[in-house]
Amino acid sequence: MNRRLIPPYVWTGGRTRPSRNVLDRLTVLRAATDQVPASLSPAGRRVLEILLDGALPLAEVAAHLSLPVSFVKVVVSDLFDEGWLIVRAPTPAQDDRMPDQQLLERVIRGLRALQ
Amino acid sequence: MDSERSSSGIYLRNPDQRLVKVIVSGPFGVGKTTIINTLSDIPPLRTEEVMTATGAVVDHLEGVRDKTTTTVGLDYGRMSLSDDLALCLFGTPGQKRFHALWEDLTQGALGALILADTRRIADSYEVMGLIEEQEIRYAVALNIFPDSPQYPEEELRQALDLAPETPLITCDARDRSSSLAALLGLAEHLLNLPVLEQS
Repeated sequence: MNRRLIPPYVWTGGRTRPSRNVLDRLTVLRAATDQVPASLSPAGRRVLEILLDGALPLAEVAAHLSLPVSFVKVVVSDLFDEGWLIVRAPTPAQDDRMPDQQLLERVIRGLRALQ
Repeated sequence: MDSERSSSGIYLRNPDQRLVKVIVSGPFGVGKTTIINTLSDIPPLRTEEVMTATGAVVDHLEGVRDKTTTTVGLDYGRMSLSDDLALCLFGTPGQKRFHALWEDLTQGALGALILADTRRIADSYEVMGLIEEQEIRYAVALNIFPDSPQYPEEELRQALDLAPETPLITCDARDRSSSLAALLGLAEHLLNLPVLEQS
């Protein structure tokens, strides 16, 4: 299996907690730059690199880089704090136990159109 | 389009596309991977989640050095319904020991599609127990295999302890239109549901 040689906490420079709690698996990430600065950590570089060509949710960035979601949250949080990323938090599909009716109708229309 | 690798197909159609989380669960080997592969319009992925030995989800890395952690891989797929809407499918293991992962993953989810296999209906008891604990609405889809035995619907509903309004759909996880119909069954059920009463 692909065992990592360097534990994630070393990669993040010893920091363990993302500085923002808004980061979710479906937070949409985009690069705020068109080139990757050399000053970034190796993990930071890899995350930013994959985002140069388009926007992706955090979970997908983690999957493409074969890194745990929790680890990528820390890296993304740093990149965001340093201004390299634009992030957009997901809108929950239900609020206060009420599924969003308009959203459901759009989902149903979309699924029917694909059938 | 992309010179190095044809990876442009992996990105969101537009950065403002609304992403809606849908949980796909069921016992081991029931066809979660298959249905996600069938429905996803990006190459299916596996996301890694870190859990402690006691089953807690590690959401940050604090203290992780001292604890025994394991990684669990989840199947993941995304399907665009329009330029501004996509469903993100999270294949979530249906065993009780993943209880904490469930709690974490179901946050903000639209609903769950629970797959069951009529050849091994007892394997579904754990996931049915798990879903009852969560505040998430769901539908059950029987993934039909060539040698699946047929049971009267009432018997299956009893075996799975389903509420009368919970949809029990049959599908073939390898077939796109059948899998779409299962998702549609879930979405229509959610639309018809009254607001949950405060418990």
